[in-house]
Amino acid sequence: MISPAVGAEGLVERFGEETALDGLSFTVEAGEIFGFIGPDGAGKTTLFRILTTLLLPDEGGARVLGLDVVDDFWALRARIGYMPGRFSLYPDLSVGENLRFFAAVFGTSLEEQKDLIGPIYRQIEPFRDRRAGALSGGMKQKLALSCALVHRPEILFLDEPTTGVDAVSRREFWDLLDRLRERGPTIVVSTPYMDEASRCDRVALIQDGRILGVDAPGAFGARYGHPLVAVRSSDRRHMPELLRSWEHALSAYPFGETVHVTDRRTDLEPARVAGEARAYLESRGVGDAEARPIEPGIEDVFIALMGAGAAS
Amino acid sequence: MIADGPHANASAAIEARGLTRRFGDFTAVDAISFRVERGEVFGFLGANGAGKTTAIRMLTGLLSPSAGRARVADHDVYGDTDAIRRSIGYMSQRFSLYEDLRVRENIRLFGGIYGLPDRVIRERGGRLLADLGLEHAADELVASIPLGWRQKLAFSVANLHEPEILFLDEPTGGVDPITRRGFWEMIYRAAEGGTTVFVTTHYMDEAEYCDRISIMADGRISAMGTPRELREEYGVASIDELFLRLARPEPAFGAAGDLNGRAGGPEDPASAPGGAS
Repeated sequence: MISPAVGAEGLVERFGEETALDGLSFTVEAGEIFGFIGPDGAGKTTLFRILTTLLLPDEGGARVLGLDVVDDFWALRARIGYMPGRFSLYPDLSVGENLRFFAAVFGTSLEEQKDLIGPIYRQIEPFRDRRAGALSGGMKQKLALSCALVHRPEILFLDEPTTGVDAVSRREFWDLLDRLRERGPTIVVSTPYMDEASRCDRVALIQDGRILGVDAPGAFGARYGHPLVAVRSSDRRHMPELLRSWEHALSAYPFGETVHVTDRRTDLEPARVAGEARAYLESRGVGDAEARPIEPGIEDVFIALMGAGAAS
Repeated sequence: MIADGPHANASAAIEARGLTRRFGDFTAVDAISFRVERGEVFGFLGANGAGKTTAIRMLTGLLSPSAGRARVADHDVYGDTDAIRRSIGYMSQRFSLYEDLRVRENIRLFGGIYGLPDRVIRERGGRLLADLGLEHAADELVASIPLGWRQKLAFSVANLHEPEILFLDEPTGGVDPITRRGFWEMIYRAAEGGTTVFVTTHYMDEAEYCDRISIMADGRISAMGTPRELREEYGVASIDELFLRLARPEPAFGAAGDLNGRAGGPEDPASAPGGAS
């Protein structure tokens, strides 16, 4: 039997009065792309620092590649790759020097690893003599990923690799991870962008140091438990408020050009809910509303799990 | 302070014509022209490195244009930069409040910077805390309050001197989905009160919340209109789809160049740390 790539049990981390991780337990299977999805302050970076042996948990424990993150940290470090959220390479060294440095630290060379790093490195190769500090955000990201891969780790921890990156560059980064996955390493990645869930095999939704749920991204919808409809009208600005005042609305949140309305009744056909929502809006003077049943996405689920009214 | 066109200009919150900024032989902003009406929520979109930050720095009076014209709240970006700064509020994800000062101290500090009398700072500060439900946290360090609240507080503080125009640079980055939506309701309230909102974001669903948007690529504005107009004009289902099509003029893969679409050109100096604040 193959042991999981990561197994964590009851992880707790406190910083003074603040509880950053409040008893996290989860398992990451070997070879999967596993995403931690949650806003800033959810505990993602703290968790990654524990899993990469850089921080000791106050309670609980974790094993990575079957090794204990506290007792076996030395053996573990050679086998994991870590790309921190903050750019952590040497800004005064060139692209090539950074890569050679990290390769040398791990007793390997760029040549030996070219098959793995090649596809990423080729994109930054034209700038190999440029100082790392003078690279654009997108190129820094590729260089950091190359450096994290240079010793051929069995598992890769990427802490918010796409934060602050535009929508096109984010998509390209995930395409890179897809290609990388064919070559083997388990990938554990964190992100505040809910739409990136679909690129993972499984995701953990995380908020305030707690896991709200773990599942395949497409499987959360089945647990939603309430009919969900998307409403569209030309009076975009007032739609959420108006729909929240509907007696059957459990919640109403803007999603792009529509408002997603969750019905508090659990046993209704979504098509009927759509019709009733339309009728309600018409009674309130909105004549051009369209409403259609939809499947809940990861962001609908996240909002529901956060608890209606937990923040606003 | 002579209006540089017909009377119609007087009513625009922002008007740019041929606005250009070069750094050496690199053109970061390449003759952009647009007009933002008063009370409008205008989304200013573009990929990293497209020139958004440089454009915002010119519009907020922090950087002098190389060519072209722009008026912001009826003040000229060449000569009246002090007047511009008094007429606008600015907030970004990276810089907004001083974390090692208390909530109340931040309000007093920014109120003072904007030249508000103490009495007005006390009044508006009290109302601001009440509106946010943050009265209990007035004496807390900003660093100790949750991020979502911090962003809403930063927004309210940027609005404290009741500016004509609010510049919001990625105000919702990293914020949870409920707070992110609450933040937009604050934006709408400000706009309904007549404030013009000029906002950038990497969340494409938020582009749909704007009255009008523009998409910048390689220093130019490649599309502008209401989200609905643009969806229809380009035959796309969402602004996300349009952004993917327009934001990167050249295919990134296979091209020997930076993935931000620049083939070996110099970095945009305006995106270096220590940007507009």
